[in-house]
Parts: sequence; C-alpha cells; structure tokens
Amino acid sequence: METDQIRNGVSFLRRSHSEFQEKTTEWTCRMKSREIPTAALVLGVNVTDHDLTFKSLSEVLQNNITPYVALLQAKDCPGIKNLMQKLMGQLMNCYIDVDSSDEEDCVQVSQNRIRCSMASLISWYENITKKTDSETPSKKRTSSRHLQSPPVVVIFKDMESFTTKVLQDFLVISSQHIRELPLILIFGIATSPMIIHSLLPHSVSSLLCIELFQSLSCKEHLSTIIDKLLLTTQFAFKLSEKVLQVLINIFLYHDFSVQNFIKGFQLCIVEHFCSQPLSVLCCRLVEAKKRVNSLSHSQCENVRRLPSFRRYVESQVSEKQIALLTADNFLKEVIQKLLEDLHVYHENYVPVLRCLHVFTSSLPKYPLGKQIRELHCACLENRVWETEEYESSLQLARMLNKSDLVTMLQKCVEIFASSSGKEFDKVVEKLKEFLTQFQKLEVAGACQERGESVSSQKELQKKTDLYHLQKTLLELKESRRSKKLTKFEMLRFEVVDFIDNLVRNYLVPADHKTLHEIMYFNTASALREHLNAAPRIALHTALNNPYCYLKNRALKSDGGTISNKAPDICIVYKLHLECGRLINLVDWLEAFSTVVMAVEGPNAAASDQVDDIIHARFIRAVSELELLGFIKPSKQKTDHVARLTWGGC
Amino acid sequence: MPNLEHPAYPAATLLRLESLVPCRESQVSMLLSIFGERQQFTFPSIFIYGHTSSGKTYVMQTLLNTLQLPHVFVNCVEYFTSRLLLEEILIQLQNCSSETKHASHVLCDTFNDFVRMFKQAVTSQDLQDQTLYIVLDRAEQLREMEANILPAFLRLQELTDRNVTVVLLSEIVWELFRPSTGCFEPFTLYFPDYSIGHLQKILSHNHPPEYSADFYAAYINILLGVFYMVCRDLKELQHLAALNFSKYCEPVVRGEANERDTRKLWKNIEPHLKKAMQTVYLREISSSQWERLQRDDGEPGQLKGLSAHAHVELPYYSKFLLIAAYLASYNPVRTDKRFFLKHHGKIKKTNFMKKHEKTSNHLLGPKPFPLDRLLAILYSIVDNRVAPTANIFSQITSLVTLQLLSLVGHNDQLDGPRYKCTVSLDFIRAIARPQQGSIDTF
Repeated sequence: METDQIRNGVSFLRRSHSEFQEKTTEWTCRMKSREIPTAALVLGVNVTDHDLTFKSLSEVLQNNITPYVALLQAKDCPGIKNLMQKLMGQLMNCYIDVDSSDEEDCVQVSQNRIRCSMASLISWYENITKKTDSETPSKKRTSSRHLQSPPVVVIFKDMESFTTKVLQDFLVISSQHIRELPLILIFGIATSPMIIHSLLPHSVSSLLCIELFQSLSCKEHLSTIIDKLLLTTQFAFKLSEKVLQVLINIFLYHDFSVQNFIKGFQLCIVEHFCSQPLSVLCCRLVEAKKRVNSLSHSQCENVRRLPSFRRYVESQVSEKQIALLTADNFLKEVIQKLLEDLHVYHENYVPVLRCLHVFTSSLPKYPLGKQIRELHCACLENRVWETEEYESSLQLARMLNKSDLVTMLQKCVEIFASSSGKEFDKVVEKLKEFLTQFQKLEVAGACQERGESVSSQKELQKKTDLYHLQKTLLELKESRRSKKLTKFEMLRFEVVDFIDNLVRNYLVPADHKTLHEIMYFNTASALREHLNAAPRIALHTALNNPYCYLKNRALKSDGGTISNKAPDICIVYKLHLECGRLINLVDWLEAFSTVVMAVEGPNAAASDQVDDIIHARFIRAVSELELLGFIKPSKQKTDHVARLTWGGC
Repeated sequence: MPNLEHPAYPAATLLRLESLVPCRESQVSMLLSIFGERQQFTFPSIFIYGHTSSGKTYVMQTLLNTLQLPHVFVNCVEYFTSRLLLEEILIQLQNCSSETKHASHVLCDTFNDFVRMFKQAVTSQDLQDQTLYIVLDRAEQLREMEANILPAFLRLQELTDRNVTVVLLSEIVWELFRPSTGCFEPFTLYFPDYSIGHLQKILSHNHPPEYSADFYAAYINILLGVFYMVCRDLKELQHLAALNFSKYCEPVVRGEANERDTRKLWKNIEPHLKKAMQTVYLREISSSQWERLQRDDGEPGQLKGLSAHAHVELPYYSKFLLIAAYLASYNPVRTDKRFFLKHHGKIKKTNFMKKHEKTSNHLLGPKPFPLDRLLAILYSIVDNRVAPTANIFSQITSLVTLQLLSLVGHNDQLDGPRYKCTVSLDFIRAIARPQQGSIDTF
C-alpha cells in the first residue's frame, strides 16, 4: 500500500510535468540558434519535493529525448572546476549506462586522466555521436527514440544556491561551444524567475534563450493526493479528523512539502498497524470477512472493548447484548455485518461529500471552506449539519441563481452517476427530475413574472395621495414576502432540502460509526510528537522535570522545589532559571551546594568550605549546560557566565 | 581612410584584411607595424583592452588567420586553472603546423615545465624562424591563477629565448593587472568603442542577400535610433537586428510598400522595436518566443515575462518569519520595545516619529540581527502561540538556501547565528498583503 502512495505521487508529478516535456522536445529543434536554450522551471518553495520531480523529469528526458542528462546540485559545485568534474562524470557514466557492453576502455580513459575542460567534453561528445551513427541495426532501434544528434541536458537543481561566478563562467564557456556541443540547460528555481536576473549580469543572460515553465502549486498537488488517497474507497485505511488536521497544518504552516505529507501518511499507516491489534481487519471487505472468521477469542475480546462497539451493544436489546458479549460466533457474524455497513458508508460518503463540495465551493465567502479537504475535515469532526457554517451555507444556497444551480445539479448528477454506490439511482433520478423542472420553468416562469411586476407597477402609478401610496407599498412588501415564492423559488428550496437530506443521511461523522477504530487512525498526539518535534521544549522538560524521562519514583515529588536527588545538571539548570542575564559562578556554586547538602543535616552544612567533590560535580554540570548551549562564558566579567536562553518555551 | 600598407605581406591579402575589419583599420595597421615581418622579433607582450565587443578578439583572430601567422588562441575563462591553460597552449602548439591531429596528452603542472616543453615544441614544429603569437583572451582571469603566471607570460620571450609574443586581451585597463611585485610592462593598445556611425557601417556590412544594401542600411538606421540609447553592444545589436528584420520586411513582402518607402516602414516597425526593447532585450521573454510571437502576430501581453512571476508562495510561518526578518533588518533594536510590546508610551511614540526619518533605514540597507531577535519578533507578530519546533528552525535554514535570508559570518558559528534579510520592501508587501499586519506601520 505504501508503494502505492509513492507511485501515486510520482505519477502525479510526472503528469504535471508532461507539458514541460512536450515543450522541451519541440524546442530542441531550435538548437541551431546562437543562444543556449534554457528552461526556467519554477517549482515553488517546497524544495524537498524537487528531487522527485527532477528524477522523474530526467527519467522522461532519458527515455524520450536524450541519454545525456546531468543533474547538478549547488553543494557539489563550489567552483567551476568541480562543476565540470561533476558534469563530465555524470555524462560519461550515463553514456555507459546506455550501452555498457563494449565501451569499457572509455571508462578507463575518463577515469584516469580526465581533463576537466570543455574541449575534452566536446571530443567525448563527438566520439559518441560518431559511434551512434555507425551502429548496428539492433542499436538503431534504441537510438531512434532519441533525436539525431541528442542534446546534452544539464539540470541545475537549485539555481538559487549556485554562486554567481560559477554559473557565469559555465555559461560563458558553454556558449562558446554551443555549436559543437548542443547544450540545453534547465534551471530549477524555487522562488521566482527574477533570480536569474539577479544572479546573472546582462552580458551573461543575453547568452541564454530562457523560457519559463511554471509548475502547479504545491497546494494543488496536495489536493490531488488527498483526492486519490483519502477520498476513495480503494484503500481501507483512513485518517481521522485530528490526524488529517495535523498533517495538513504541517503542510500549510511549515513546509509545503507534498513528500513530507506522504511520509506523514506512511507513518500513520505504520503506527496504526503497530498499535491497533484489530488492524488485521483493515483491508478489503472480502478479505476482512474471511479474517473475521478466524479471529481468536482474545481478539474478540478486543473487539468487545472498543468504545464504539460498547456503545453499539448498549443500544441493543438485552438478550442480544448477552449474546454479543458471550458468544464469539454470533459476535463474528455481527462484525461482518458491521464491516459491511462501514464499507457502504464509505461508498456513500465520498460522492455525497463531493456533491456538497460542489455547492459550498461556489458560495460567497466559503463558509465551509474552499477546498474539499476542509469540508472533509468538517464532516469528520462532528455532525456537519449542526454547525453554524453549514446553516449559513444553506442560507446562501437558497439564494443561488438559476444558472448556477442548474450547472451544480448537473455536476452532482455526474458525480453520482460515476460513483459505485448502489443507493444513488434514486438520487440521480430525483436530481434529473429537478433539472427538467428547471427547464420547464424557464419557459413559463419568465413571462409570468414580468406580467406580475408590470401590474403592480401600474397600481402604484394609479394611487397618488400619500396615505394610499404608503398603504400600497406596505401591501406590496407583504405580498412580496409571501407571494414572492415563485415556482422557481419553491423548486430551489426543494433542491436545497434534498441536498440537506442527503447530507444528514450520509455524512455522519466516522466516529459515530461502530468499529470505526479498525479503519481510522486517530492518535494525533503521537503523530505530532513525531513530525513536529520541539527540541527546546523537550530539553526543558527533561531538565526541569527529570521524572518525565527517567521514571524514577524519587524524582516524582517535584512541585516548584528543587530536589537534591535529581541529576546535577537538572539542579544547575533550575538554579540558573532564577538568574538574570549574567550569572555569578560563586553564588551559583553556593546555591548548588546548599541544595545538594540539604539532606545531609546541619553538620555538613556548617562546614564553610565547599567540598571538593561537590565543586567538581558543579563544574561538570555547568560545562554540560554550556555544551547544551544554555550558557556561555562572558567577556564582561571574568567570574560570570551569560545566559543564552530566555523563557520562550 | 588609411590604407593598410606593409612591405612583408602581399597587397591583396592586406586588402582582404581591410575589408574584414571595418572601422578598425588604424588599430590593425598599428599592430602590423608592431609585428613587423614574420621573422622579426617584436614586443614580448602586447596588452589590448577595450570595452565589451569592441572587436578585440575578432580583430586579432582575423589578423592572424588572414596573414597566416603561427598562433595559439586560448580563452582564459574556459581553461580556468593554470594547468589546463598551459596544457591547452601546448596542445594547440602541437597541432599548429602539422595538420594531422594527434591527441597526445601533455602533462604540464608548472610554468617551468611549460617553458621546457614550449621550447621543445617550437623546435619540433619548426617555428624558430617566425614569430609565434600566443593570444590570451579574457586575460583578467589570469589574475586569479597563481601569482607567477601573469608575470611569466609577460616575459615569455625572455624566458624561453624564442621568437614569441604574448597578446593579452581584456576588458579592463592594465593598471588593474599590475602585480604588487612589479613586472615587465607590456605594450598597451586601446580599442575605443564603436561610434554610432561605426555601428551603422558594421551592422549594414552583412546584409541579407535578398534585399539591397540600402534597404538594410535604412533598417539598421531605425534600429539604432531605438536601441542606441540603451545598448551599444555590437553583438546584442546584431542579434536584435536579425530578430526583428522579418517584421520590417513584412509590408514589402505583402506588397503594401516598396523598399524605398522608408516612412511607411518606419511607422510599421517603430512600436514593434520599442516593444522588443522592453521584452527581448531584457530577456524577459526569450528570442524564440519572440519569433513565435512575430509569426503568429499575437500580442506580447499574453506572454508574461520573467518578472511577471515575481510572487512567491510561502508556507504560513515562513511568511511570518520573513516578515519578522525584514523588520529585524530594517528597524533599529531600540524601537523593538515600542513596536512589539503591548504597553508602550504613546506620547513617546509621536516624539520619536518626528525626530526619526523613516526612509533612511531603507537607504542604509539591511542590518544583521541575531536569531533570538528574529524569534522574539516572530512570536509577537503571529497572533496565536507558536511553538519553537524543529520545523520553524528548519524553515529559517530553508529561507537561507532560497536566498531570501542570508547568513552573516561563518557557517560553522553555531552559537548565536546572525542573519540578514535580503528581500525588498515590495516583496514583503506582497507577502504581507493576505496577512492583516501591514508593514508600513512598522
């Protein structure tokens, strides 16, 4: 299943980049020009995703256009020399990858005395193209995929991080040899294409023939992935509202990285299957039914312990309750039935959710969110029809105009028709009926309304004195309030009520369903701990409250006091929290020794001299704190240290 | 017009040479007189400088090729280390006279080796009786190689005791080359910029064969009228001329105007060229896109240039981090308390504003700030509580890699890293717009 997700991600990325490839192919034809053809690929700030993108991009390039693709990264190329080395290494190796049978001597030459200059690259290229020209027919087939003289594609993965000088030199050199070595550059840009101008002076950028390609925004990538992974019945595994919220928050607030989202999702899968013993049943329905039959007694007990199952039991009549709690076989039958229910629920949930999204996504101000993922979260959280937002969106939906309503209904019909749920035949019929009624209205309604308004206008013109005018106006208002329910409006209400009904029937939150624990992963706190780690807070708790990690009974009694049983570093840490910016070491030592000696009675405390051992312990603890970055020696006063942290955590 | 005259070379060759180097006759004749006859020794080193595309490389190349003088031509940018450079010279030397290319590998690590092997090569190639020219293009790169390279090249004649002349081509003046230890002074020669008349002459020199020279010259005249103000780079102008010529010819091809109808043609091309100046010349759109546009006769409005995509999408906290960094960079530390604390004296604020001139901060450029201050400002500008998670810290680093922030000082300084914000006010405004906080108030 996990590989499934990765494949989904890759295939998606590839799809989004297919347009680039098309353009690249057509534009390899214009290599004859003096300028170096360059593609500026704006990929967005989610740098972690770029690797995957570039990988698939270079794969596609290698399959379709040219075997010579080199990927360069800024951190490998601090100087032009390293860049050339890297470039030549990659190109020559990739050539060997293509046909590794007969070209071993070439490797040796390149490995031993590689002269990292353009000249040797050119001679290499000439050799290769000559060879491919005089190839055996069997190889002709493979090279026919590529162009006659395949261009050399150099991909700069992270344009921003390259130093100006390296890029300039490389561009100047390669532009001088563009005729001998057909080069195509691809700049991976994370921020904005302006960076090209800020990195390269005009004299260099005039050597390039830059075309801009904008990739889809990462938010769109995310919605596609959510669409494919979560809003489908294909996978039994689901995320609960809180977990999904955590993942989405990390995505939106922190990194915009689709890859991290997928990794988080994978982590959820692992956690779920590790921590939930009943996750054996989290698979396709047919298989799950089989597995139910082979459940052991203890597993049945596990099922009985599930809170949702208990709720279910409580709602049953008493004899059935007893049977459920005692007879394993009966229980298994019920489980099968319940699993089937759950499956049907999922099947119905998705189309109805999409249908509701069609409505809510076009309302002004988006009370239920613009994206389907927000709606999904809202539906999972609690009964969506009880929320205020839902109420207001229904209100707004009652004010939609006809053309919008008709297009929405058409969309809904499409959604339901394509869904696999069995119960939607009637729904589709009903929706179609609505549509035909709307069409009828179009003819009849138009003339009728006009007639009405004209007559009332006439009435208005007749009455001229003030009193009558007021009266008629009031009447008009009232009549408008009551009578304005034209056929169209009636129909509109009907439609909205119908949708409302659907929502109430099918969009029940998942945790109201029995046995939802099997499918849904909902320990959001674990996920948050893993994915959104807070090192400073962890360090603070470790030092402030050592019991939290050490689990030693003696440490537990901590209130606000400093226990002398805690590790030295904890004592020192706590003492330093009480100090200002500069800490006097002597005072600190004294405080430390009082705390440590507290237990040993008055005779020890009486001795004025601080014990050597305690002194040593203190020095060690302080240097540990320094290592952890809490304090540093200060130059202002020699016997003081400076604090580096403040109560931010 | 000074005709090239030199006793050593046949008049026909000189005439051909003259036709090839328009507007550079005086320099060429100067060079010729310096070079003297084939076997004569000349200056050990010659330094030629002039602005970009003032024909230095071209003149040297045509001169040496037309007169068939033995020479080696090396671009110092391309051979970026001294070893590569020296080896390349030796390789070219080997292939200089003998036509057959034998790709023997030369290993040459030091200049001493170079001198030795150079002597051998000259003897074996039978070049003793004529001057050998070593042309080093983009010679300013030599300064970045080992300290001995440049002085040694300057007195190569003396070191090798052979008839050799080193010609250095550069865009900067000799004064910037002179090493502190002193060296042999080369003969310097300046190539002045082409004047507008020169440009006109050179550009009209190679007109397309389908059209008459006058027609093309008129076109060049218009082109220069538009572009001369912003661009005097011959190469760039040539490129632009080639790009836009088809558009100029359009009325003639359609038969709406004949070749003499300059005014009509001017009206047709002028707005087009102006558009080109704003787009192609600045590389906002590429020349191939421009050509496509010309063919389809579309509006350039549909094609957005590079700067049109200036907006950058950032994660929520990254936006705030960047805003905080900007504030930290452009506000003095002492105002932090006033801006970011809830309780501050209102009266003080007005007094302060009068004294303080706001614009000056932006003129001074960003100042470095410590990490703590950045985080403190971040906590105060974000409405809800922010936990200092690992993600926040990694976001700071990723902003640095995106070059939106820059790290001041060394990379390995772990305690108290200092940053600078490198983005402009407009950028920050664009980012802050969706957020409620307006930057102007800070």
